[in-house]
Amino acid sequence: MRKPPSAKKTVRYLVILALCMFGFTFALVPLYDVLCKATGLNGKVDLDGPIVDGGRYRILPEEIPNRIVTIEFDVTHNKDMPWIFKPKHTTMQVRPGVVNSTSYFAKNTTEKTMIAQAIPSITPGIVAIHFKKLECFCFDQQLLHPGQEAEMPLRFVIDPAFPHDIHRLTLSYTLFDMTDRIKEDQTRG
Amino acid sequence: MSSITVDGQHNGSIEGHNHHHTDAGHHGPAKGISRWLFTTNHKDIGTLYLWLSFILFLVGGVMALAVRAELFKPGLQLLDPNLYNQLVTMHGLIMIFGAVMPAFTGLANWMIPLMIGAPDMALPRMNNWSFWILPFAFTILASTLFMDGGGPNFGWTFYAPLSTTYGPKSTDFFIFSVHLMGMSSIMGAINIIATIFNLRAPGMTMMKLPLFVWTWLITAFLLIAVMPVLAGAVTMMLMDRHFGTSFFDAGGGGDPVMFQHIFWFFGHPEVYIIILPSFGIISEIIPTFSRKRLFGYASMVYATASIAIVSFSVWAHHMFTTGLALGAQLYFMFATMIVAVPTGVKIFNWVATMFKGALSFETPMLFCLGFLVMFTCGGFSGLMLSIIPADFQYHDTYFVVAHFHYVLIPGAIFGAIAAVYYWLPKWCGHMYSETLGKIHFWLSAISLNLTFFPMHFLGLAGMPRRIPDYALQFADFNKIVSIGSFIFGAAQVLFLYIVIKTIRSGAPAPANPWNAKGLEWTVPSPAPYHTFSTPPMIPAETH
Repeated sequence: MRKPPSAKKTVRYLVILALCMFGFTFALVPLYDVLCKATGLNGKVDLDGPIVDGGRYRILPEEIPNRIVTIEFDVTHNKDMPWIFKPKHTTMQVRPGVVNSTSYFAKNTTEKTMIAQAIPSITPGIVAIHFKKLECFCFDQQLLHPGQEAEMPLRFVIDPAFPHDIHRLTLSYTLFDMTDRIKEDQTRG
Repeated sequence: MSSITVDGQHNGSIEGHNHHHTDAGHHGPAKGISRWLFTTNHKDIGTLYLWLSFILFLVGGVMALAVRAELFKPGLQLLDPNLYNQLVTMHGLIMIFGAVMPAFTGLANWMIPLMIGAPDMALPRMNNWSFWILPFAFTILASTLFMDGGGPNFGWTFYAPLSTTYGPKSTDFFIFSVHLMGMSSIMGAINIIATIFNLRAPGMTMMKLPLFVWTWLITAFLLIAVMPVLAGAVTMMLMDRHFGTSFFDAGGGGDPVMFQHIFWFFGHPEVYIIILPSFGIISEIIPTFSRKRLFGYASMVYATASIAIVSFSVWAHHMFTTGLALGAQLYFMFATMIVAVPTGVKIFNWVATMFKGALSFETPMLFCLGFLVMFTCGGFSGLMLSIIPADFQYHDTYFVVAHFHYVLIPGAIFGAIAAVYYWLPKWCGHMYSETLGKIHFWLSAISLNLTFFPMHFLGLAGMPRRIPDYALQFADFNKIVSIGSFIFGAAQVLFLYIVIKTIRSGAPAPANPWNAKGLEWTVPSPAPYHTFSTPPMIPAETH
């Protein structure tokens, strides 16, 4: 058989290409996060609350439009989280630009002290950036002793720039058990 | 191919060289099972790929028929819903990764060295390895069906969290088998590119390559680009399931929708991976039976390359209903529609090749014509699906099932079958029975339309995919669909019979039974174990 020309160089480039693409898949994860955060595409909202005008979110009275948006409050149950967790109101009719308050109720039904973190999600995702939480129990963790109940406040305002073709949004919270993770951090710290 | 002409006198001299060298320093195949286990011969490995693909085609087909038997009438009668879901999932996985992809890799192994005048593949040992991974991968995949909790039941797209939080225990075996298949495909693709880049006979310039070689070259690049992405996706699944990460779990800051983005970033180019080699086959066969050169060779090459490039930028058209921003939806809609342009160029070129040609309708040509008509139908329903407001109605209905079966069966499967009929005389040295081949074609073509055409109407009327039961008003069409599918299944058993009969007792085939152009027809039939040990002469004349 005729000695075939060496394919070593080609193969080396191709293997590198394959490895790069494998790495690229993992690079997609932070890329996706950055993109979603910048555009609010997937309903992810800032856990730190709005920072506008040097830390204060101000709306002038003349900016308040005369329209109503329906907010639905919802809970997504986490199968690993046995607490009772529900909204005080299931819906509210609000005007953009006006500050509203409501609360969620939580009860630790277990025999041990637990720490929970609430993660919010807004549907449709594209309006997430227009839902401004001024005060939210999701900004902190909740510690509840066995059997303890808590009324957890939420204060929010709908941005006057809220899209005109959308009249309804759903805010859903999921509770996650942070007990072990916080203990780990403390022992490490 | 139109680009290469080797006249009879040249043939003689090439064969003479072959024999001379073969006698001098080479042996034939080893005896017994070790021939197949340890072979590094591209023809042996091609044969192995093709048989594996055929077996898995029948296995995946039986699964589809079980599904169709369940759907023969409304209500649950044969399968419990979890088993139904497993069969639907496995049918998809086996047909894509087990039937279509190995069939094309097998054809590439057999034909590319013969078509470019190379003595073998560039990396013969890796070639052996990339084949022998596959039987193990599919054994692992199939074994999950017998495990506690059953096999994968989340659809071939294995969306998280169905496959992570809610997947059966056997999902880890599924993940491992996907890793193995990916490794095999990537190695196969590297081998093909290395062969085409380095082992072409002197004078075989890139723009003289037969189109089958060109389409495979582009397919191989697609494979190297996206199979690692699939491997990454299943690795993330594995980590979410066992190592406490939350790539796809909103609870830990991940996002299940991101799974769909990553999956379809792989999945859409994958669609072209399983159609482009078929485009190449069609471009070989239509000129032969039209007795004309391929119309627009260069535009075919560029169209294939543009399809491959565009395929990376249309993935989210599978996800219109996930709540993408309007701007993103519009972009993906228009990008998707653009795919129709290079594909249209190809369809036009094939039709123009036949225009005023001296056509004859042997079985390979019939399958190509079936491809041309029905693949175009599938392309049109794809255009319908690309329109966002329409997609919201069609999404996850039988319309989608009809669409992708129309592009996959007449597209990929008919292409592979046409290739088998076309090159079988070269592989085994026998002619198939033209009568049986024509019966096979007509049975397949009619039953295929009987099976999948009514699905369009079912989908438009709102019948959802992946559900083992349906509302009563869908009963009549489903009955027709099931009957069609059983005829289609039977026709493929006939195909198996035709192939075996040809190998055992077909009439002897001449070196060039179709009077076709191309280097593969310059070697005797059956092709000797070693070919082109001395590079053939490539005439300077081009198209």
